Amino acid sequence: MANKVVTEEARKQVGVEGEPVTVEIERGAIRRFAEAIGDPNPLFNSERQARKSRFGGMIAPPTFYRSLMSPIPTIRLNMGEAFRGLDGGSEWEYFQPVRSGDRITVRTKLVDLRESEGRLGPMVFIVMETSYTNQFGEVCALQRSTAIRY
Amino acid sequence: MAKQIYFEDVEAGYEIGPLEKDPTTQQLVKYAGASGDFYQIHYDKDFALANKLPGVILHGALKNAFLGHLMTDFAGEHGWLRKLAVQYRGMDVPGVKLQCKGKVVRKYVENGDHLVDCEIWIENAKGEKTTPGSGTVILPSRGAR
Repeated sequence: MANKVVTEEARKQVGVEGEPVTVEIERGAIRRFAEAIGDPNPLFNSERQARKSRFGGMIAPPTFYRSLMSPIPTIRLNMGEAFRGLDGGSEWEYFQPVRSGDRITVRTKLVDLRESEGRLGPMVFIVMETSYTNQFGEVCALQRSTAIRY
Repeated sequence: MAKQIYFEDVEAGYEIGPLEKDPTTQQLVKYAGASGDFYQIHYDKDFALANKLPGVILHGALKNAFLGHLMTDFAGEHGWLRKLAVQYRGMDVPGVKLQCKGKVVRKYVENGDHLVDCEIWIENAKGEKTTPGSGTVILPSRGAR
């Protein structure tokens, strides 16, 4: 099928990584995130209790990384201004905990652009890979996420 | 901290959860603030209706967080959530209770890690799986202590 919506210019952005962003992780931000998702786990809420754990202090819940964002390369699609967006899903891998006080560098790369014809017209699947690296150069987590525009 | 589960305690078919969630519009606002996702379909009803939605809907990432909660509870302090994947197949709306559930599919040892693969999902009040996914946890082993 010919690409109607994904332009050649947009396709050239596949494989391109956006500017990295470094974020300092505050204990209050972890706690606020845990409260927002309704997770009372002491590891995410109580420094006093988390200090007695094997982690030696508070860590972030697994999807806390969603609050750390970095820009992706601009993708101009032939959809006009009125397109709508949906989140398709995420796949995560976790290697190291994120702790309060860490400095996490976030890098997002566009890895795939796919177009298909949906019930409501053309749909574009935008696949991104985001890495989260701490101040010691250790990759803490990877996320592969799919955004849908239609 | 909750009671720790060990690798030896689970087999294929072992049931995880259920963890009940009762999302409200207030929770969606809190999640928008905590995550930085301010797409209006999650808190502005007029905007959502104009976008042909039934009203405000849950952030997919909030449902991802609910399944993360299910899995970190399962792994316990001495376990580790190694992988987590979710797909948003159906929309969920505030005011409808959700059940987060899972079951063990397979357990195995790889590079010294005691790994447990799980199928996980969120069910709405009609029993529809709106958010299927999978997870892998490393559990502590009694033999390795």
